[in-house]
Amino acid sequence: MSKRAHAGHIGGALSCAELLVLLKFAWMSDDDALLLSKGHAVAVLYSLLAEVDVLTPSQIDSYRADGTELPAHPPFNTFEEISFATGSLGHGLSLSAGMALGARLKGLSRRFFCVTSDGELDAGSVWEAALFIAHHKLDNLVWLIDRNGIQGIGRTEEIMALEPLDAKLRAFGFHVVVTGGHDFPSLLAARDESTRQLDTHGRPVAIIANTVKGNGISQLENTVDSHYLPLGDEQYERGLDELTRAHRARLDEYRNAR
Amino acid sequence: MRAEFAEAMLQLLGRRKDLVFVTGDLGYLAFEGLAQAYGERFVNAGVAEQNAVSVAAGLARAGLLPWVYSIAAFAVLRPFEQIRDDVCLHELPVKLVGNGGGYGYGIMGPTHHALEDVGALRALPNMKLYLPLVADDVPLVVNAMAADPSPNYLRLNVAAEIPGGVPPFAAWRKLKSGRSAVVIGMGPVLQGLYQLSTPELFDELEIWSVGTLPLEAIPSELATSIREKRRVITMEEHYRSCGLGEALSHAFLTSRVIPQSLSCLYAAGYPSARYGSQRWHQEESGLAGWPLVSRLETLLRA
Repeated sequence: MSKRAHAGHIGGALSCAELLVLLKFAWMSDDDALLLSKGHAVAVLYSLLAEVDVLTPSQIDSYRADGTELPAHPPFNTFEEISFATGSLGHGLSLSAGMALGARLKGLSRRFFCVTSDGELDAGSVWEAALFIAHHKLDNLVWLIDRNGIQGIGRTEEIMALEPLDAKLRAFGFHVVVTGGHDFPSLLAARDESTRQLDTHGRPVAIIANTVKGNGISQLENTVDSHYLPLGDEQYERGLDELTRAHRARLDEYRNAR
Repeated sequence: MRAEFAEAMLQLLGRRKDLVFVTGDLGYLAFEGLAQAYGERFVNAGVAEQNAVSVAAGLARAGLLPWVYSIAAFAVLRPFEQIRDDVCLHELPVKLVGNGGGYGYGIMGPTHHALEDVGALRALPNMKLYLPLVADDVPLVVNAMAADPSPNYLRLNVAAEIPGGVPPFAAWRKLKSGRSAVVIGMGPVLQGLYQLSTPELFDELEIWSVGTLPLEAIPSELATSIREKRRVITMEEHYRSCGLGEALSHAFLTSRVIPQSLSCLYAAGYPSARYGSQRWHQEESGLAGWPLVSRLETLLRA
């Protein structure tokens, strides 16, 4: 879909693909809600929604085309699964905090999962939200940070250093889980540790998922270009081939493990 | 109006179960009773208006009715993008409340004044503004906002005291008749007209108060008055840009109620780079006292 739409923002979509798969297929219940604060990774979100038949193939085919319901950042008030139009960075964590507080006030057991980027953490509003979540001990909210290390036009540590990020989050009052962001055994372990924390300690949880921008397409991996640039023909063919092989290898691994 | 607002919010609590009151750490010696009555539904979000507005949008998405209170400038301008994206775009019932619209915070200085709050919010889709005039308006406005499913902004100020009273709050209210010109204003700044030291000037003015924006259709009685008197003066404690005068200009042209002359009285900002009370700033802008008399005399004798 990204190739057909000549779409960029592929690197930041691939870096959080497994995170979103984990949430949608191995963590969230039907009542829970996911908010993709890094709206530029929407290609993964649309793909997940297609996977669960919320979006049709023809809707997917219309991605980014004139007249589409699927713009390059999530739309507003169109799909129940997309509670807010995101894209302007630094809104999602506060929105999730509000929904989580709302659920608590109404006595609902609904949980909220917010995926932010790492470059997004430059925005002051994210830290306002972090203070708020910790102060109110929102234990029905999980903040997942796609730590791919690259933002708009460079590396996060060169543009606006975030490290030591885990220490910062701990100082704000979060239980911090650091995990690899692409292999499922690590992600599942992070899920279990987070759930334990939420259930037993009532402290908010932040997961730092160490990821690779453009993961799975060797020509894109860990490159600044992968943030904005669409795929060329040759990149697309090779990338698709790489992703397909990796997917098959993963499936084999999974079957062997069973 | 702050005390009346707090009282109205207390009364509302008896009738609605979905309220949440969010303050940006303001309301000292005003909201203590509210805090007690609302309990866990009173949330002091601290000095963090961007987060407060997005949190409110999240609360509204969860099916609650959040009110976000701050000083007008801080309630509107700091979190403007949050209001645009998270509240107005999604058409969520978030109720913004700004105290001290205009020069309301007086000698606190320009960072505490809101001379562009109305203009900023007028630009946003789905946003309806409520502009009370007198203290008795406040409970009616609070009830109207609670029943209004759209995003709202309430511009609070020190209430006007109008001799003889005024009709109940409405989108358009005629406050008095007059011989030669129609004054249309928003909010308590209209009180300046009732304090004119020149009764003969006052007698010449027909006065109307606008209670909500976007403007509702011009009432036929007002249209008739404008066609007869042909002279309209607008009055607002707000910059001219994007304010009431400009909104009215558009309404006049599109509804073909065209006055022969249109003069706008508005907040001039800080022309002398000196500071004072709300009243002092109103006078400097020609919205009260002798400067207002002199402006009106010039306009009416022209």
